[in-house]
Amino acid sequence: MITLRNVHKSFGSQKVLNGLDLDIPDGKITAIIGPSGEGKSVLLKHLIGLLQPDNGAVEVDGESIVGVRRSELNRIREKFGMLFQNVALFDSMTVFENVAFPLEEKTAFSKEEIRGKVLSALEDVGLKNIENKFPDELSGGMKKRVGLARAVVLNPRIILFDEPTTGLDPIIKRAIHQLIKDTHAKFGFTAVIVSHEIPEIFDVAQNVAMLFRGKILQSGTSDEIIHSTDPAIRQFISGSLDGPIQMV
Amino acid sequence: MIQALGHTTIEIVRDLGRVGWFLLYSLYMIVRRPPSLVHVLKQLRFIGTKSLFVIVLTAGFTGMVLGLQGYYTLSKFGSEGMLGTAVALSLIRELGPVLAALMVTGRAGSAITAEIGIMRITEQIDALETMALDPFKYLVTPKFIAAMITLPLLCAIFDVIGIYGGWLVGVKLLGVNPGAYFYEMEKAVVWRDVYSGFLKSFSFGVIIAWIGCYKGYYAGHGAEGVSKATTESVVLTSVIILVWDYFLTSVLL
Repeated sequence: MITLRNVHKSFGSQKVLNGLDLDIPDGKITAIIGPSGEGKSVLLKHLIGLLQPDNGAVEVDGESIVGVRRSELNRIREKFGMLFQNVALFDSMTVFENVAFPLEEKTAFSKEEIRGKVLSALEDVGLKNIENKFPDELSGGMKKRVGLARAVVLNPRIILFDEPTTGLDPIIKRAIHQLIKDTHAKFGFTAVIVSHEIPEIFDVAQNVAMLFRGKILQSGTSDEIIHSTDPAIRQFISGSLDGPIQMV
Repeated sequence: MIQALGHTTIEIVRDLGRVGWFLLYSLYMIVRRPPSLVHVLKQLRFIGTKSLFVIVLTAGFTGMVLGLQGYYTLSKFGSEGMLGTAVALSLIRELGPVLAALMVTGRAGSAITAEIGIMRITEQIDALETMALDPFKYLVTPKFIAAMITLPLLCAIFDVIGIYGGWLVGVKLLGVNPGAYFYEMEKAVVWRDVYSGFLKSFSFGVIIAWIGCYKGYYAGHGAEGVSKATTESVVLTSVIILVWDYFLTSVLL
């Protein structure tokens, strides 16, 4: 369980998170939706301590990750895997080296065992015979899948996805969503997905939280959010130009 | 206006604290969690071996111009025989360490900043952090160790090539007695001159890795942020090298 209580975060004079409260339940896929530029990625980075709140509490399984020592934070981070918005593959390493890297650094597996695990992780995401390519030789969808393989290779308990399908065509988008659902069903991790893929995300996530004006407007099951009466949520789901969400 | 002044002062103090912390943490990490040999060897090759050509080239011409200028000046006093001493002392005590460091700053210091800066803006450093791995162990400390080892070695090569550059012009072109060139040099250069040059080089190595890594690690946003960080890195490293050189020389003299 990840809990955020009264989290505030500003960058200069711009207030991004403004007293945000959120509970992320174990073993479920939770989606964070909301208009662009509302701070969804900022919120996600708070969950793993990449950003520290100006005020408020962030706890993972009851342990605070705010203002703790680096060694303590790293111990908690062992539970996490993360797929970045721009994937963040190490561009000087091949696909194989990228996926093998966490295994080489964090485990005592032999070279053979690592090779087997990497190839199987790549196969799980539908990639074959690309292990010697460099990230800049891959398409956007392939990069996302390599990123996913790297995020799951250590079998983390919690995986954070920052816009895993942005900029992909509808077929690859569906394939990535299916992949997240399948790997979740297989490993049962807790997943947090930042997304604005409406309506597909309601099919992927069991829980959905809508971020608006620095706070969680409503959090609940996909059905509850789809049938929400909140005008901002209704506008966001319908994509209407009229309503409380204003284009900047 | 007072508010702006206060804001700027706070920013400067904060940056100074951060840059100082960066150096201390890097040195601490070298001892606490030494990087793997493979990463260090890679950096030795990049900072050291790949700088050889530019070091040899600049050393040769620096020695040659010292030979020319030295001959011109010394011949006014009829002391052309002292040319070897003049060339060697200038190179070993001063020009070797400083020019080698400035050349490495231009070639490798800028690349260090660009590499780390690009990793910063493409979230590769964040990716390391999310894997509970300390980015310093992979990106920073191997460069520190490599720069501390290679700079004195490059300086030694610079000195030797420079002395032969001076010999080429002084002895071969201008007719200075070859025996006098080397004999006077051997008499005048003492061990203290050599190790003070190496000590300088070692400290310049620390400065190059320190500023190069720091500027990249805290690069701003986008391509412009990295290009600004790279420029600042080269300028700041060069200035610190020259200022530090003055202080170190005044202590070592």
